[in-house]
Amino acid sequence: MTAAVTQPIAAQSILPSRPGLGGRLSDFLWKNPHVLLLVLLGPPVLWLGIIYVGSLLALLVQSFFSIDDFSGLINYEFTFATYRQLLADANLDIIVRTVTMAAVVTVFSAVIAFPIAYYAARYAKGKWKAIFYLGIMLPLWSSYLVKIYAWKLILAKEGIITWAFAKLHLLWLLDAWLALPVIGGNSLSVSYTGTFIVFVYVWMPFMILPIQAALERVHGNLIEASSDLGGTPAQTFRHVLFPLALPGIVAGSIFTFSLTLGDYIIPQIIGSSRLFIGQAVYAQQGTAGNIPLAAAFTVVPIVIMGLYLWAAKRMGAFDAL
Amino acid sequence: MRSDRSTSAPLGLKIAAAAGLAFLHIPILLIFLYAFTTEEKSYQFPPPGLTLHWFAVTWNRPDVWEALMLSVKVASVATAVALVLGTLCAAAVSQTRFFGRETISLLVILPIALPGIITGIALRSAFSLADIPFSFWTIVLGHATFCIVVVYNNAVARFRRVSGSLIEASMDLGADGFQTFRHIILPNIGTALLAGGMLAFALSFDEVIVTTFTGGQQATLPIWMLEELIRPRQRPVTNVVAMVVVLVTFLPILAAYYLTRDGDQIAGGGK
Repeated sequence: MTAAVTQPIAAQSILPSRPGLGGRLSDFLWKNPHVLLLVLLGPPVLWLGIIYVGSLLALLVQSFFSIDDFSGLINYEFTFATYRQLLADANLDIIVRTVTMAAVVTVFSAVIAFPIAYYAARYAKGKWKAIFYLGIMLPLWSSYLVKIYAWKLILAKEGIITWAFAKLHLLWLLDAWLALPVIGGNSLSVSYTGTFIVFVYVWMPFMILPIQAALERVHGNLIEASSDLGGTPAQTFRHVLFPLALPGIVAGSIFTFSLTLGDYIIPQIIGSSRLFIGQAVYAQQGTAGNIPLAAAFTVVPIVIMGLYLWAAKRMGAFDAL
Repeated sequence: MRSDRSTSAPLGLKIAAAAGLAFLHIPILLIFLYAFTTEEKSYQFPPPGLTLHWFAVTWNRPDVWEALMLSVKVASVATAVALVLGTLCAAAVSQTRFFGRETISLLVILPIALPGIITGIALRSAFSLADIPFSFWTIVLGHATFCIVVVYNNAVARFRRVSGSLIEASMDLGADGFQTFRHIILPNIGTALLAGGMLAFALSFDEVIVTTFTGGQQATLPIWMLEELIRPRQRPVTNVVAMVVVLVTFLPILAAYYLTRDGDQIAGGGK
Protein backbone atom coordinates (compact mmCIF):
# COMPACT_ATOMS: atom_id res chain seq x y z
CA MET A 1 0.00 0.00 0.00
CA THR A 2 2.64 2.53 1.05
CA ALA A 3 4.85 1.33 -1.75
CA ALA A 4 2.13 2.04 -4.24
CA VAL A 5 1.75 5.62 -2.97
CA THR A 6 5.43 6.49 -2.82
CA GLN A 7 6.28 5.07 -6.21
CA PRO A 8 4.85 7.87 -8.37
CA ILE A 9 6.44 10.49 -6.10
CA ALA A 10 9.78 8.76 -6.37
CA ALA A 11 9.40 8.62 -10.13
CA GLN A 12 8.74 12.37 -10.23
CA SER A 13 11.63 13.28 -8.03
CA ILE A 14 14.16 11.51 -10.20
CA LEU A 15 15.20 14.11 -12.71
CA PRO A 16 16.38 13.28 -16.18
CA SER A 17 20.13 13.18 -16.61
CA ARG A 18 21.83 16.47 -17.22
CA PRO A 19 22.74 17.23 -20.78
CA GLY A 20 26.25 17.96 -21.94
CA LEU A 21 29.63 16.60 -20.98
CA GLY A 22 29.96 18.71 -17.83
CA GLY A 23 26.52 17.68 -16.66
CA ARG A 24 27.16 14.01 -17.22
CA LEU A 25 30.50 14.25 -15.43
CA SER A 26 28.85 16.03 -12.50
CA ASP A 27 26.16 13.31 -12.26
CA PHE A 28 28.76 10.60 -12.48
CA LEU A 29 30.82 12.09 -9.65
CA TRP A 30 27.70 12.55 -7.52
CA LYS A 31 26.74 8.90 -7.95
CA ASN A 32 30.29 7.69 -7.38
CA PRO A 33 31.65 9.62 -4.41
CA HIS A 34 34.68 7.32 -4.31
CA VAL A 35 35.75 8.55 -7.72
CA LEU A 36 35.29 12.13 -6.54
CA LEU A 37 37.45 11.43 -3.50
CA LEU A 38 40.08 9.91 -5.75
CA VAL A 39 40.04 12.95 -8.02
CA LEU A 40 40.40 15.28 -5.02
CA LEU A 41 43.04 13.33 -3.16
CA GLY A 42 45.00 11.94 -6.09
CA PRO A 43 47.09 14.96 -7.10
CA PRO A 44 48.21 16.10 -3.61
CA VAL A 45 48.88 12.58 -2.39
CA LEU A 46 50.84 11.70 -5.51
CA TRP A 47 52.85 14.93 -5.25
CA LEU A 48 53.69 14.53 -1.57
CA GLY A 49 54.02 10.77 -1.74
CA ILE A 50 56.33 10.61 -4.73
CA ILE A 51 58.33 13.81 -4.45
CA TYR A 52 58.55 14.16 -0.69
CA VAL A 53 58.19 10.77 0.95
CA GLY A 54 59.93 9.10 -1.98
CA SER A 55 63.02 11.31 -1.63
CA LEU A 56 62.96 10.93 2.13
CA LEU A 57 62.95 7.14 1.92
CA ALA A 58 65.66 7.18 -0.76
CA LEU A 59 67.77 9.26 1.62
CA LEU A 60 67.18 6.95 4.57
CA VAL A 61 68.09 3.90 2.49
CA GLN A 62 71.40 5.53 1.65
CA SER A 63 72.31 5.72 5.32
CA PHE A 64 72.68 1.93 5.20
CA PHE A 65 75.30 2.18 2.47
CA SER A 66 78.87 3.11 3.19
CA ILE A 67 81.61 5.07 1.54
CA ASP A 68 84.83 3.52 0.33
CA ASP A 69 87.67 5.23 2.16
CA PHE A 70 90.10 4.98 -0.74
CA SER A 71 88.06 5.69 -3.85
CA GLY A 72 85.51 7.97 -2.14
CA LEU A 73 82.74 6.16 -4.01
CA ILE A 74 79.56 4.90 -2.42
CA ASN A 75 79.52 1.17 -1.75
CA TYR A 76 75.96 -0.01 -2.39
CA GLU A 77 75.85 -2.85 0.11
CA PHE A 78 73.71 -3.05 3.21
CA THR A 79 75.84 -2.25 6.24
CA PHE A 80 75.71 -0.61 9.65
CA ALA A 81 79.24 0.76 9.20
CA THR A 82 77.97 4.30 8.62
CA TYR A 83 76.00 4.21 11.85
CA ARG A 84 79.10 2.99 13.71
CA GLN A 85 80.91 5.97 12.21
CA LEU A 86 78.08 8.22 13.40
CA LEU A 87 78.68 7.07 16.97
CA ALA A 88 82.35 8.06 16.87
CA ASP A 89 83.35 10.51 19.60
CA ALA A 90 83.66 13.55 17.35
CA ASN A 91 80.20 12.99 15.88
CA LEU A 92 78.63 12.25 19.26
CA ASP A 93 80.03 15.59 20.45
CA ILE A 94 78.18 17.31 17.62
CA ILE A 95 74.94 15.55 18.51
CA VAL A 96 75.22 16.32 22.23
CA ARG A 97 76.14 19.95 21.53
CA THR A 98 73.15 20.41 19.23
CA VAL A 99 70.64 18.75 21.55
CA THR A 100 71.93 20.79 24.52
CA MET A 101 71.61 24.00 22.54
CA ALA A 102 68.10 23.06 21.40
CA ALA A 103 67.05 22.33 24.99
CA VAL A 104 68.48 25.57 26.41
CA VAL A 105 66.97 27.60 23.57
CA THR A 106 63.60 25.98 24.22
CA VAL A 107 63.66 26.78 27.96
CA PHE A 108 64.64 30.41 27.42
CA SER A 109 62.10 30.83 24.63
CA ALA A 110 59.37 29.62 26.98
CA VAL A 111 60.49 32.04 29.72
CA ILE A 112 60.46 35.04 27.36
CA ALA A 113 57.31 33.99 25.49
CA PHE A 114 55.16 33.30 28.56
CA PRO A 115 54.60 36.91 29.75
CA ILE A 116 53.82 38.07 26.21
CA ALA A 117 51.36 35.21 25.69
CA TYR A 118 49.77 35.69 29.11
CA TYR A 119 49.31 39.42 28.64
CA ALA A 120 47.88 38.91 25.14
CA ALA A 121 45.51 36.18 26.34
CA ARG A 122 44.23 37.73 29.54
CA TYR A 123 44.63 41.50 29.52
CA ALA A 124 44.81 42.67 25.89
CA LYS A 125 41.36 43.65 24.63
CA GLY A 126 40.01 45.01 21.35
CA LYS A 127 42.55 47.16 19.56
CA TRP A 128 45.38 46.03 21.83
CA LYS A 129 44.64 42.42 21.05
CA ALA A 130 45.12 43.12 17.33
CA ILE A 131 48.32 45.07 18.04
CA PHE A 132 49.69 42.19 20.09
CA TYR A 133 48.74 39.71 17.42
CA LEU A 134 50.45 41.64 14.64
CA GLY A 135 53.33 42.41 17.00
CA ILE A 136 53.94 38.69 17.24
CA MET A 137 53.14 37.77 13.63
CA LEU A 138 55.31 40.35 11.89
CA PRO A 139 58.60 39.27 13.49
CA LEU A 140 57.54 35.63 13.13
CA TRP A 141 57.09 35.99 9.37
CA SER A 142 59.94 38.43 8.73
CA SER A 143 62.69 37.11 6.57
CA TYR A 144 64.83 34.58 8.39
CA LEU A 145 68.06 35.84 6.82
CA VAL A 146 67.25 39.47 7.51
CA LYS A 147 66.74 38.58 11.17
CA ILE A 148 70.13 36.88 11.28
CA TYR A 149 71.67 39.83 9.46
CA ALA A 150 70.18 42.23 12.00
CA TRP A 151 71.91 40.30 14.77
CA LYS A 152 75.17 40.38 12.90
CA LEU A 153 74.87 44.17 13.02
CA ILE A 154 73.97 44.10 16.70
CA LEU A 155 76.57 41.63 17.92
CA ALA A 156 79.50 42.94 15.87
CA LYS A 157 82.43 44.30 17.85
CA GLU A 158 81.66 47.88 16.78
CA GLY A 159 77.89 47.32 16.99
CA ILE A 160 75.14 48.54 19.28
CA ILE A 161 75.77 46.13 22.18
CA THR A 162 79.36 47.16 22.63
CA TRP A 163 78.26 50.79 22.29
CA ALA A 164 75.57 50.37 24.95
CA PHE A 165 77.94 48.64 27.37
CA ALA A 166 80.52 51.39 26.80
CA LYS A 167 77.96 54.12 27.49
CA LEU A 168 77.00 52.37 30.72
CA HIS A 169 80.67 51.94 31.66
CA LEU A 170 80.13 48.19 31.79
CA LEU A 171 82.62 47.08 29.12
CA TRP A 172 84.53 45.13 31.79
CA LEU A 173 81.41 43.00 32.28
CA LEU A 174 81.14 42.20 28.56
CA ASP A 175 84.85 41.38 28.42
CA ALA A 176 84.58 39.16 31.48
CA TRP A 177 81.70 37.29 29.85
CA LEU A 178 83.61 36.83 26.59
CA ALA A 179 86.62 35.58 28.52
CA LEU A 180 84.59 32.66 29.87
CA PRO A 181 85.51 29.29 28.37
CA VAL A 182 83.10 27.57 25.92
CA ILE A 183 80.43 30.30 25.84
CA GLY A 184 82.88 33.17 25.28
CA GLY A 185 84.96 34.13 22.27
CA ASN A 186 86.66 37.03 20.51
CA SER A 187 83.42 38.93 20.12
CA LEU A 188 79.76 38.10 20.64
CA SER A 189 79.29 37.35 16.95
CA VAL A 190 81.76 34.46 17.04
CA SER A 191 80.71 32.95 20.38
CA TYR A 192 78.15 30.39 21.51
CA THR A 193 76.43 33.19 23.42
CA GLY A 194 75.79 34.91 20.10
CA THR A 195 74.51 31.70 18.47
CA PHE A 196 72.23 31.16 21.44
CA ILE A 197 70.78 34.70 21.37
CA VAL A 198 70.03 34.47 17.65
CA PHE A 199 68.43 31.03 18.00
CA VAL A 200 66.17 32.35 20.77
CA TYR A 201 65.32 35.44 18.74
CA VAL A 202 64.48 33.57 15.55
CA TRP A 203 62.47 30.69 17.05
CA MET A 204 60.87 32.28 20.14
CA PRO A 205 57.84 33.72 18.27
CA PHE A 206 56.81 30.14 17.45
CA MET A 207 56.43 29.56 21.19
CA ILE A 208 54.10 32.51 21.87
CA LEU A 209 51.06 31.47 19.82
CA PRO A 210 50.57 27.96 21.27
CA ILE A 211 51.03 29.24 24.85
CA GLN A 212 48.56 32.02 24.14
CA ALA A 213 46.08 29.50 22.72
CA ALA A 214 46.40 27.38 25.89
CA LEU A 215 46.04 30.39 28.20
CA GLU A 216 42.98 31.73 26.33
CA ARG A 217 41.16 28.66 27.61
CA VAL A 218 42.06 29.32 31.27
CA HIS A 219 39.07 30.91 32.96
CA GLY A 220 39.80 34.11 34.88
CA ASN A 221 37.70 32.64 37.70
CA LEU A 222 40.34 30.01 38.34
CA ILE A 223 42.99 32.62 39.02
CA GLU A 224 40.63 34.55 41.31
CA ALA A 225 39.54 31.39 43.11
CA SER A 226 43.17 30.60 43.76
CA SER A 227 43.86 33.98 45.32
CA ASP A 228 40.56 33.87 47.25
CA LEU A 229 41.75 30.64 48.77
CA GLY A 230 44.90 32.39 49.93
CA GLY A 231 47.29 31.57 47.13
CA THR A 232 50.06 34.08 46.56
CA PRO A 233 50.71 35.05 42.92
CA ALA A 234 53.71 32.70 42.91
CA GLN A 235 51.60 29.83 44.24
CA THR A 236 48.84 30.57 41.73
CA PHE A 237 51.36 30.46 38.94
CA ARG A 238 52.96 27.27 40.23
CA HIS A 239 49.77 25.30 40.91
CA VAL A 240 47.14 26.73 38.56
CA LEU A 241 48.49 28.71 35.64
CA PHE A 242 51.59 26.70 34.78
CA PRO A 243 49.96 23.24 34.71
CA LEU A 244 47.17 24.59 32.50
CA ALA A 245 49.64 26.29 30.15
CA LEU A 246 51.92 23.26 29.94
CA PRO A 247 50.33 21.67 26.85
CA GLY A 248 50.82 24.99 25.05
CA ILE A 249 54.44 25.19 26.16
CA VAL A 250 55.06 21.64 24.98
CA ALA A 251 53.39 22.40 21.65
CA GLY A 252 55.57 25.49 21.20
CA SER A 253 58.67 23.58 22.23
CA ILE A 254 58.11 21.20 19.30
CA PHE A 255 58.86 24.13 16.98
CA THR A 256 61.75 25.66 18.91
CA PHE A 257 63.38 22.28 19.49
CA SER A 258 62.95 20.93 15.97
CA LEU A 259 63.97 24.15 14.26
CA THR A 260 67.11 24.53 16.39
CA LEU A 261 68.00 20.90 15.83
CA GLY A 262 68.07 21.20 12.05
CA ASP A 263 69.43 24.70 11.56
CA TYR A 264 72.81 25.12 9.91
CA ILE A 265 72.78 28.73 8.78
CA ILE A 266 72.67 30.51 12.15
CA PRO A 267 75.69 28.71 13.66
CA GLN A 268 77.55 29.17 10.38
CA ILE A 269 77.09 32.92 10.33
CA ILE A 270 77.07 33.71 14.04
CA GLY A 271 79.04 31.31 16.15
CA SER A 272 82.30 29.54 16.77
CA SER A 273 83.79 26.99 14.42
CA ARG A 274 82.42 23.99 16.33
CA LEU A 275 79.76 22.21 14.30
CA PHE A 276 76.08 21.56 14.88
CA ILE A 277 74.13 18.65 13.34
CA GLY A 278 72.85 20.74 10.45
CA GLN A 279 76.35 21.94 9.57
CA ALA A 280 77.67 18.39 9.80
CA VAL A 281 75.00 17.19 7.34
CA TYR A 282 75.79 20.06 5.01
CA ALA A 283 79.54 19.45 5.16
CA GLN A 284 79.21 15.68 4.71
CA GLN A 285 77.02 15.91 1.63
CA GLY A 286 78.85 18.86 0.12
CA THR A 287 82.60 19.08 0.51
CA ALA A 288 83.12 15.58 1.90
CA GLY A 289 80.74 13.96 -0.59
CA ASN A 290 79.82 11.37 2.04
CA ILE A 291 76.09 11.05 1.38
CA PRO A 292 75.66 7.92 3.55
CA LEU A 293 77.03 9.68 6.65
CA ALA A 294 75.00 12.81 5.88
CA ALA A 295 71.91 10.61 5.62
CA ALA A 296 72.75 8.90 8.90
CA PHE A 297 73.12 12.32 10.52
CA THR A 298 69.64 13.34 9.36
CA VAL A 299 68.25 10.24 11.05
CA VAL A 300 69.26 11.74 14.43
CA PRO A 301 66.84 14.71 14.35
CA ILE A 302 64.14 12.49 12.82
CA VAL A 303 64.42 9.98 15.68
CA ILE A 304 64.66 12.69 18.36
CA MET A 305 61.64 14.52 16.94
CA GLY A 306 59.72 11.24 16.63
CA LEU A 307 60.23 10.54 20.33
CA TYR A 308 59.47 14.14 21.19
CA LEU A 309 56.23 14.16 19.20
CA TRP A 310 55.18 10.88 20.76
CA ALA A 311 55.75 12.26 24.27
CA ALA A 312 54.03 15.53 23.36
CA LYS A 313 51.02 13.68 22.02
CA ARG A 314 50.72 11.79 25.30
CA MET A 315 50.73 15.10 27.16
CA GLY A 316 47.88 16.39 25.00
CA ALA A 317 49.99 19.08 23.38
CA PHE A 318 48.35 18.71 19.98
CA ASP A 319 45.08 20.14 21.22
CA ALA A 320 46.91 23.40 21.88
CA LEU A 321 48.28 23.73 18.36
CA MET B 1 28.63 32.93 36.24
CA ARG B 2 31.79 34.57 35.06
CA SER B 3 33.17 37.36 37.09
CA ASP B 4 35.52 38.85 34.57
CA ARG B 5 36.17 42.19 36.11
CA SER B 6 38.41 44.24 33.92
CA THR B 7 41.46 44.14 36.11
CA SER B 8 44.66 45.70 34.96
CA ALA B 9 47.79 43.64 34.66
CA PRO B 10 50.42 43.51 37.42
CA LEU B 11 53.34 45.84 36.75
CA GLY B 12 55.88 43.01 36.51
CA LEU B 13 53.85 41.29 33.79
CA LYS B 14 53.49 44.53 31.84
CA ILE B 15 57.24 45.11 31.93
CA ALA B 16 58.06 41.52 30.96
CA ALA B 17 55.60 41.55 28.06
CA ALA B 18 56.80 44.94 26.83
CA ALA B 19 60.43 43.87 27.09
CA GLY B 20 59.67 40.69 25.17
CA LEU B 21 57.99 42.60 22.35
CA ALA B 22 60.84 45.12 22.29
CA PHE B 23 63.30 42.22 21.96
CA LEU B 24 61.32 41.04 18.92
CA HIS B 25 61.11 44.40 17.18
CA ILE B 26 64.28 46.37 17.90
CA PRO B 27 66.54 44.25 15.62
CA ILE B 28 64.14 44.77 12.72
CA LEU B 29 64.01 48.51 13.34
CA LEU B 30 67.82 48.60 13.34
CA ILE B 31 67.76 47.17 9.79
CA PHE B 32 65.85 50.27 8.75
CA LEU B 33 68.42 52.54 10.40
CA TYR B 34 71.40 50.77 8.84
CA ALA B 35 69.94 51.06 5.33
CA PHE B 36 70.71 54.79 5.55
CA THR B 37 74.18 54.63 7.09
CA THR B 38 77.19 56.24 5.42
CA GLU B 39 79.58 53.71 6.95
CA GLU B 40 80.76 51.16 4.38
CA LYS B 41 83.27 48.89 6.00
CA SER B 42 81.91 47.97 9.40
CA TYR B 43 78.69 47.79 11.40
CA GLN B 44 79.50 50.88 13.45
CA PHE B 45 76.80 52.10 15.84
CA PRO B 46 75.63 54.83 15.96
CA PRO B 47 75.98 55.41 12.20
CA PRO B 48 78.36 58.29 11.53
CA GLY B 49 75.94 59.82 9.01
CA LEU B 50 72.80 59.16 7.02
CA THR B 51 72.45 59.02 3.24
CA LEU B 52 70.12 57.87 0.46
CA HIS B 53 73.07 57.11 -1.81
CA TRP B 54 72.91 53.33 -1.37
CA PHE B 55 69.32 53.11 -2.55
CA ALA B 56 70.43 54.41 -5.94
CA VAL B 57 73.40 52.03 -6.02
CA THR B 58 71.17 49.08 -5.19
CA TRP B 59 68.63 50.12 -7.82
CA ASN B 60 71.35 49.90 -10.49
CA ARG B 61 72.66 46.49 -9.48
CA PRO B 62 71.65 43.86 -12.08
CA ASP B 63 72.46 40.91 -9.79
CA VAL B 64 69.97 42.14 -7.20
CA TRP B 65 67.26 42.51 -9.86
CA GLU B 66 67.96 39.06 -11.28
CA ALA B 67 67.75 37.46 -7.85
CA LEU B 68 64.55 39.36 -7.09
CA MET B 69 62.90 38.34 -10.37
CA LEU B 70 63.83 34.69 -9.86
CA SER B 71 62.40 34.77 -6.33
CA VAL B 72 59.16 36.33 -7.52
CA LYS B 73 58.80 33.81 -10.36
CA VAL B 74 59.54 30.82 -8.13
CA ALA B 75 57.19 32.06 -5.42
CA SER B 76 54.37 32.68 -7.94
CA VAL B 77 54.55 29.25 -9.55
CA ALA B 78 55.04 27.45 -6.21
CA THR B 79 52.05 29.33 -4.76
CA ALA B 80 49.88 28.38 -7.74
CA VAL B 81 50.78 24.70 -7.39
CA ALA B 82 50.28 24.82 -3.61
CA LEU B 83 46.88 26.53 -4.03
CA VAL B 84 45.57 23.76 -6.29
CA LEU B 85 46.99 20.85 -4.30
CA GLY B 86 46.24 22.34 -0.88
CA THR B 87 42.62 23.12 -1.76
CA LEU B 88 42.01 19.67 -3.24
CA CYS B 89 43.45 18.05 -0.16
CA ALA B 90 41.47 20.29 2.21
CA ALA B 91 38.24 19.58 0.32
CA ALA B 92 38.81 15.84 0.51
CA VAL B 93 39.69 15.86 4.21
CA SER B 94 36.91 18.17 5.37
CA GLN B 95 34.03 17.14 3.10
CA THR B 96 34.36 13.37 3.21
CA ARG B 97 35.26 10.70 5.68
CA PHE B 98 37.61 7.97 4.63
CA PHE B 99 40.13 5.58 6.00
CA GLY B 100 43.50 7.22 6.58
CA ARG B 101 42.38 10.85 6.97
CA GLU B 102 44.81 11.38 9.86
CA THR B 103 47.64 10.06 7.71
CA ILE B 104 46.85 12.62 5.02
CA SER B 105 47.06 15.48 7.53
CA LEU B 106 50.39 14.13 8.75
CA LEU B 107 51.65 13.81 5.17
CA VAL B 108 50.82 17.45 4.47
CA ILE B 109 52.41 18.75 7.67
CA LEU B 110 55.56 16.61 7.51
CA PRO B 111 57.54 18.80 5.06
CA ILE B 112 57.34 21.70 7.50
CA ALA B 113 57.57 19.68 10.73
CA LEU B 114 60.89 18.10 9.83
CA PRO B 115 63.89 20.45 9.71
CA GLY B 116 64.36 22.10 6.30
CA ILE B 117 67.78 20.59 5.86
CA ILE B 118 66.23 17.12 5.77
CA THR B 119 63.76 18.11 3.05
CA GLY B 120 66.58 19.79 1.17
CA ILE B 121 69.09 16.98 1.26
CA ALA B 122 66.41 14.37 0.52
CA LEU B 123 65.33 16.25 -2.61
CA ARG B 124 68.91 16.84 -3.68
CA SER B 125 69.90 13.21 -3.40
CA ALA B 126 66.70 12.19 -5.20
CA PHE B 127 67.51 14.60 -8.05
CA SER B 128 71.00 13.20 -8.34
CA LEU B 129 69.73 9.60 -8.22
CA ALA B 130 67.22 10.37 -10.97
CA ASP B 131 69.75 12.44 -12.97
CA ILE B 132 67.57 15.55 -12.92
CA PRO B 133 69.70 18.67 -13.53
CA PHE B 134 69.08 21.72 -11.31
CA SER B 135 66.71 24.19 -12.91
CA PHE B 136 63.97 26.69 -12.14
CA TRP B 137 61.61 23.72 -11.77
CA THR B 138 63.68 21.91 -9.17
CA ILE B 139 63.43 25.00 -6.94
CA VAL B 140 59.67 25.20 -7.55
CA LEU B 141 59.28 21.49 -6.77
CA GLY B 142 60.82 21.94 -3.32
CA HIS B 143 58.99 25.16 -2.52
CA ALA B 144 55.55 23.92 -3.56
CA THR B 145 56.00 20.86 -1.33
CA PHE B 146 56.23 22.84 1.89
CA CYS B 147 53.82 25.60 0.76
CA ILE B 148 50.93 23.12 0.47
CA VAL B 149 50.55 23.07 4.24
CA VAL B 150 49.75 26.79 4.67
CA VAL B 151 47.09 26.74 1.97
CA TYR B 152 45.73 23.49 3.40
CA ASN B 153 45.52 24.86 6.96
CA ASN B 154 43.63 27.97 5.88
CA ALA B 155 41.30 26.08 3.55
CA VAL B 156 40.49 23.35 6.09
CA ALA B 157 39.62 25.94 8.73
CA ARG B 158 37.26 27.68 6.31
CA PHE B 159 35.70 24.49 4.93
CA ARG B 160 34.72 23.61 8.50
CA ARG B 161 32.63 26.78 8.65
CA VAL B 162 30.92 26.30 5.29
CA SER B 163 27.70 24.61 6.28
CA GLY B 164 26.95 21.36 4.50
CA SER B 165 23.31 22.38 4.16
CA LEU B 166 24.30 25.23 1.83
CA ILE B 167 25.83 22.75 -0.57
CA GLU B 168 22.84 20.44 -0.30
CA ALA B 169 20.45 23.33 -0.89
CA SER B 170 22.34 24.27 -4.04
CA MET B 171 22.15 20.69 -5.28
CA ASP B 172 18.43 20.45 -4.40
CA LEU B 173 17.79 23.59 -6.43
CA GLY B 174 19.20 21.85 -9.46
CA ALA B 175 22.80 23.07 -9.63
CA ASP B 176 25.32 20.50 -10.73
CA GLY B 177 28.57 19.88 -8.90
CA PHE B 178 30.54 22.42 -10.91
CA GLN B 179 27.90 25.12 -10.52
CA THR B 180 27.82 24.49 -6.78
CA PHE B 181 31.58 24.82 -6.64
CA ARG B 182 31.56 27.99 -8.74
CA HIS B 183 28.69 29.80 -7.01
CA ILE B 184 28.58 28.41 -3.47
CA ILE B 185 31.88 26.91 -2.38
CA LEU B 186 34.32 29.27 -4.09
CA PRO B 187 32.80 32.54 -2.76
CA ASN B 188 32.81 31.02 0.73
CA ILE B 189 36.41 29.86 0.73
CA GLY B 190 37.79 32.61 -1.53
CA THR B 191 39.30 34.87 1.13
CA ALA B 192 40.81 31.91 2.96
CA LEU B 193 42.48 30.78 -0.26
CA LEU B 194 43.74 34.30 -0.92
CA ALA B 195 45.18 34.48 2.59
CA GLY B 196 46.73 31.02 2.27
CA GLY B 197 48.18 31.97 -1.09
CA MET B 198 49.76 35.12 0.31
CA LEU B 199 51.32 33.24 3.20
CA ALA B 200 52.59 30.57 0.80
CA PHE B 201 54.10 33.34 -1.34
CA ALA B 202 55.79 34.89 1.70
CA LEU B 203 57.08 31.48 2.82
CA SER B 204 58.53 30.68 -0.61
CA PHE B 205 59.92 34.19 -1.13
CA ASP B 206 61.88 33.87 2.12
CA GLU B 207 62.96 30.23 1.92
CA VAL B 208 66.69 29.61 1.91
CA ILE B 209 67.54 26.22 3.39
CA VAL B 210 65.77 23.99 0.88
CA THR B 211 66.80 26.30 -1.96
CA THR B 212 70.50 25.90 -1.20
CA PHE B 213 70.05 22.21 -2.00
CA THR B 214 67.73 22.43 -5.00
CA GLY B 215 68.92 25.62 -6.69
CA GLY B 216 72.34 24.69 -8.05
CA GLN B 217 74.02 27.86 -9.31
CA GLN B 218 70.86 29.96 -9.45
CA ALA B 219 70.46 32.71 -6.86
CA THR B 220 67.08 33.61 -5.45
CA LEU B 221 67.04 36.73 -3.29
CA PRO B 222 67.58 34.82 -0.01
CA ILE B 223 70.47 32.91 -1.60
CA TRP B 224 71.94 36.22 -2.72
CA MET B 225 71.65 37.48 0.88
CA LEU B 226 73.22 34.34 2.26
CA GLU B 227 76.18 34.79 -0.09
CA GLU B 228 76.55 38.36 1.14
CA LEU B 229 76.40 37.22 4.75
CA ILE B 230 79.12 34.62 4.28
CA ARG B 231 81.33 36.64 1.90
CA PRO B 232 80.34 40.32 2.19
CA ARG B 233 81.06 42.34 -0.93
CA GLN B 234 79.20 45.62 -0.50
CA ARG B 235 77.61 45.85 2.91
CA PRO B 236 75.49 48.97 2.31
CA VAL B 237 73.74 47.24 -0.62
CA THR B 238 72.95 44.29 1.62
CA ASN B 239 71.50 46.72 4.19
CA VAL B 240 69.17 48.24 1.61
CA VAL B 241 68.09 44.84 0.25
CA ALA B 242 67.40 43.63 3.81
CA MET B 243 65.14 46.61 4.44
CA VAL B 244 63.24 46.09 1.18
CA VAL B 245 62.77 42.39 1.97
CA VAL B 246 61.28 43.26 5.37
CA LEU B 247 58.82 45.66 3.76
CA VAL B 248 57.90 43.22 0.98
CA THR B 249 57.13 40.40 3.43
CA PHE B 250 55.09 42.63 5.75
CA LEU B 251 52.51 43.44 3.09
CA PRO B 252 51.19 39.90 2.41
CA ILE B 253 51.15 39.17 6.15
CA LEU B 254 49.07 42.26 6.90
CA ALA B 255 46.75 41.48 3.98
CA ALA B 256 46.33 37.86 5.07
CA TYR B 257 45.52 39.05 8.59
CA TYR B 258 42.79 41.42 7.43
CA LEU B 259 41.32 38.78 5.11
CA THR B 260 40.91 36.16 7.83
CA ARG B 261 40.58 38.09 11.09
CA ASP B 262 36.90 37.19 11.54
CA GLY B 263 37.70 33.51 11.07
CA ASP B 264 37.96 30.94 13.79
CA GLN B 265 41.54 30.34 12.85
CA ILE B 266 43.71 33.17 11.75
CA ALA B 267 46.09 32.74 8.90
CA GLY B 268 49.71 32.14 9.69
CA GLY B 269 49.10 30.69 13.12
CA GLY B 270 50.66 27.48 11.95
CA LYS B 271 53.70 28.56 10.02
